[in-house]
Amino acid sequence: MTLAYYPGCSLQGTSREFGESFLAVVEALHIEMTEIDDWNCCGASSAHPVSRDLGVALPARNLALAAEMGADELVAPCAACYSRLAAAQYHLAADTDLAARMPGILGRPLPPALRIHNVVDLLALHAPRIEELVAARVDPPLLKDLRVAAYYGCLLVRPNEVTGFDDAEQPTTMEAVIGAAGASPVAWNMAVECCGGAFSISRTQSVVRLGRRIVADARAHGAQAIAVACPLCHTNLDLRQAAMTGRGKEPLPVLYITELVGLAVGLSPAELGIKRHFVDAAPLLAELAGKAEATAASAAAPAAAKERA
Amino acid sequence: MARVGVFVCHCGENIARTVDCAAVAEALADHPGVAHAEDYKYMCSDPGQALIKRAIIDKRLTGVVVAACSPHMHEKTFRRAASQAGLNPFLCEMANIREHCSWIHEDREAATAKATDIARTIAEKVKHNVPLETIHIPVTKRAMVIGGGIAGIQAALDIADGGHEVVLVEKDASIGGHMAQLSETFPTLDCSQCILTPRMVEAYQHPNIKLMTWSEVDSVDGYIGNFKVTVRKKARSVDADVCNGCGDCMAACPNRRTPSEFDAGLGTRSAIYVPFPQAVPNTPVIDRANCGRFKAIAKGIKKEVCGKCATACLKGAIDFTQQDELVTEEVGAIVVATGYQLYSIGREQPEGLKGYGEYGYGEVPDVIDGLQFERLASASGPTAGEIRRPSDGKAPQTIVFVHCVGSRDPEKGMSYCSKICCMYNAKHAMLYRHKVHDGRAVLFYMDVRAAGKGYDEFTRRAVEQDGAEYLRGRVSRIYRDGDVVKVVGYDTLGHEPVEIDADMVVLATAMRPQPGIKELAQTLSVSYDEHGFINEAHPKLRPVETNTAGVFVAGACQAPRDIPDSVAMASATAAKVLALFSNAELEREPAVAAVNEATCIGCLTCERVCPYGAVEAKEIRDRAGNVVRMVASINPGVCQGCGTCQAVCLSKSIELATFTDEQIHSEIEALAFWP
Amino acid sequence: MSRSDAVARLLAETRSAAARCYQCGKCSAGCPMATEMTLPPHDLMRLTARGRFREVLSADSLWLCLTCETCSERCPTGTDPAAIIDGLREAAVLEGSRDAPRAIAAFHRSFLDQVRLTGRLYEAGFFVQYKLRSRALLADIGNAPGLVLRGKLHPLPHRLHAVGEVRAIFERCGVSTADLAGAGRGPEPGGDG
Repeated sequence: MTLAYYPGCSLQGTSREFGESFLAVVEALHIEMTEIDDWNCCGASSAHPVSRDLGVALPARNLALAAEMGADELVAPCAACYSRLAAAQYHLAADTDLAARMPGILGRPLPPALRIHNVVDLLALHAPRIEELVAARVDPPLLKDLRVAAYYGCLLVRPNEVTGFDDAEQPTTMEAVIGAAGASPVAWNMAVECCGGAFSISRTQSVVRLGRRIVADARAHGAQAIAVACPLCHTNLDLRQAAMTGRGKEPLPVLYITELVGLAVGLSPAELGIKRHFVDAAPLLAELAGKAEATAASAAAPAAAKERA
Repeated sequence: MARVGVFVCHCGENIARTVDCAAVAEALADHPGVAHAEDYKYMCSDPGQALIKRAIIDKRLTGVVVAACSPHMHEKTFRRAASQAGLNPFLCEMANIREHCSWIHEDREAATAKATDIARTIAEKVKHNVPLETIHIPVTKRAMVIGGGIAGIQAALDIADGGHEVVLVEKDASIGGHMAQLSETFPTLDCSQCILTPRMVEAYQHPNIKLMTWSEVDSVDGYIGNFKVTVRKKARSVDADVCNGCGDCMAACPNRRTPSEFDAGLGTRSAIYVPFPQAVPNTPVIDRANCGRFKAIAKGIKKEVCGKCATACLKGAIDFTQQDELVTEEVGAIVVATGYQLYSIGREQPEGLKGYGEYGYGEVPDVIDGLQFERLASASGPTAGEIRRPSDGKAPQTIVFVHCVGSRDPEKGMSYCSKICCMYNAKHAMLYRHKVHDGRAVLFYMDVRAAGKGYDEFTRRAVEQDGAEYLRGRVSRIYRDGDVVKVVGYDTLGHEPVEIDADMVVLATAMRPQPGIKELAQTLSVSYDEHGFINEAHPKLRPVETNTAGVFVAGACQAPRDIPDSVAMASATAAKVLALFSNAELEREPAVAAVNEATCIGCLTCERVCPYGAVEAKEIRDRAGNVVRMVASINPGVCQGCGTCQAVCLSKSIELATFTDEQIHSEIEALAFWP
Repeated sequence: MSRSDAVARLLAETRSAAARCYQCGKCSAGCPMATEMTLPPHDLMRLTARGRFREVLSADSLWLCLTCETCSERCPTGTDPAAIIDGLREAAVLEGSRDAPRAIAAFHRSFLDQVRLTGRLYEAGFFVQYKLRSRALLADIGNAPGLVLRGKLHPLPHRLHAVGEVRAIFERCGVSTADLAGAGRGPEPGGDG
């Protein structure tokens, strides 16, 4: 398979650490991919409400570019980009009228169908390799017993007819990836509830209202961190968490799934851009490191005693 | 020398408005072989028929053509008239100049010309008609009823009371069906078992009813009046003739923890069991999949395990060596009354259906379905009639009842309404409120469908007397939050979202036909719809017959329905069966196909294409008894006269009476060569 | 096709699509924004099916939909409320509607302006435009230093080599963001919450 990489606008800016951790993990897993040259914005949440044609054309250009560079698969880490690319492909296949007009709009022939991946399903495909790397580390597994709430948000799983990814109501792929990374996914209730998405800045009170119950539920089910796979979900739960949580409550770190996997396979927090979060994950990471050291020490002690004996 | 009479009907204005009937009669009068032609306002009326009979006698007619409406309407009428005048009825044909002409054209001249052509064509055909006799086939005056629920029991009782033997086949260990599981029935709140069990006992004791429980239909051969049904009597591992129903075996069984099917999974039973205390017959069966002894045998362990039931049985009725038995029953009619199952919202679904992930795929504790609630409410149920939640046995203070789970949901694969749920939801709310006086019953609905006698009043009673809260809106999501079940819904009439922290949720899941219905239907050669419901012969006028002669259908296996409608339908099938049995022989139209054995090459293509299984291979033997060759043979009792065999026959050895090649060719020639 | 023809056709399509809806309310039950909408999804479907376009197109509820797709995923009849709402929004824009809440209109307009300018979303430029248009100058101002310090605000825009292609796409789709001009009434965005 030839895999095209579509970064999307937020991976260069406000979700820089998503891009950094994604590239770092891709390298660690030896996934070969090539960035699409001169890719354009997918239109995200602003094109499709204003013009259906624009909402399809902007992502379709990228599909065409990917096909032109010889790719038959594409990965888009940002869930919104993934959703727009998948929707464009879906509607071009289903709506003959749209498909007839699109070459004229694009100035390019219609792109052939590609297999479009989101970051979760790409990591799931490489789960065996992740497990290998986790097991091969000399250090004790960093994430052992870390309880993580897998938060999918909306656009990975809905509409399921378009994305074809996992189950729209009770998905399990992210949990599988978390498990492969050695951590413990928790059972909780808000995995596919909307965080408020694009209203992050234009209607922040909605995001705070919606995010509050997501974080509260994660906490109520014993999660020590929330794993996400979408820049907007991350911003809403991370940058905006201060507004949600009451005074005195310890904030819950929000980690990109790529950061989680990166940590598990031995990449440093710095490489993964974790310092860019608003909710400081350092205390949690320190706790994990401490636990890991202690486990290593106690494992080494009988061995050392044996040696001495 | 042909002497055909042509009678052109005006049908009031129906034909005469567009077709000049007198002109048609005039044109036909000149046609070779036509000895009489006239037109009249209403040929099917008494005076009209008298005209025909008069002409037959006076003009010594050798054939009759009535140019009028469709043969579906009046072919029988005119054939009877011809017969009464002494002419073989199959020498009388109809020419359809109404549905095929006057009703579909407007130009009078063109329509008249067409009507003349049609009449002429049939006149030519009739010249090639031959006298035919009605076919008589013998009838075995025994019936089989498949399914021992309330519909099957009713049908069996009615046929048995009518003086004929009935074999009642039921796949479970006892008859009674789902009605036995119910607590009370709407709209009277009668105790379900109290009204059902007398019928069950009556069926058991009826001298004309042969009860075969723990049995299933294996294969069916034959045709109306002459079915041979092979029934598999599954091994009970108990000798029914010896067992006296004392129950000592069940008491002795060490396995008490198998989920009870009768209690819808909420209670347990032993491995040797009767489904419920009032079981008919009161003879236990051993569930071999859960019996220690049989599990050991399956694993190949030589040593005999357990056997406590056999030790406890004072009559020595336990028989571990018992095998399934195949029994052939000869019957003349079959009634299918296999009832329903409830849709499950789980992840795993048969093709075409989806589960309800948004309601938890059936994995959320304290979210149950209607039958499970019935078991909770039932005095003989796992909680002795107290409403308690399955997770912790506490009495729920708030129950949410959700209508239309699966029903009216094309996206999940069931576009239909299940008809009974609005009524039983109201009933459940009432039962709950009667038992838990300060409990809160909230019902999320789309419409309230309460169309039967006293039904609307019943649902209003739930609201006005028993305080049930009805919210019009579908539920978007159900999930567990700590100790409560969160129900996320909407009140469209009150215009607000509603979120309820329920202690228990009861889902009114859709009614579906039983598993295995498609295989059974195929065995019986009856058709079914996309949901598996058995198809009736005509949705308006033939609701209890199927397209296979001699096979009738009653109850929820044909479509969702409640008890009174199922009982009525069952009695209706009994009436059909008794009518079938009321004659010594069955009369069939002779419009059947026959094989010319002299020219038949024995390719049996006809056998492969016959939709009704009417063709068989037949051996032709010489005088010494050696088989010389094989030919096809058509059973006139089964053949429906579709003509497919005639069309595919390679050697042109098959003729369909009343549609022979000669007759058809004469019609084509009439059209082609006459102006 | 003229604007009014395009609007008429869009409205006819949405009306026909919305006719499937049997008003069960499941969409509104699961809609995360329903508590903030005067016309939650099932009401929008009803009005559209009845042809009451004046009311629908002027509703700010239309713009509060975040296309989370929960309604369309769970709808029993296969009506696609999310897609119908998009169609209505497109019609509203073509008609030069000024009924979108100011901040949301400002968001979409600024976003699309940036994309047309460079081919990608230049976030810093977008924030400035958005703030000017939404007049929420002080909102989120507290987060700005945090974003900069964390290296999350790219100082310079990146312009596509083929930016002309992207602009041509905008033109061929007939999208002029001036259509969202001056839009807005509605509450100010909540800033830091």
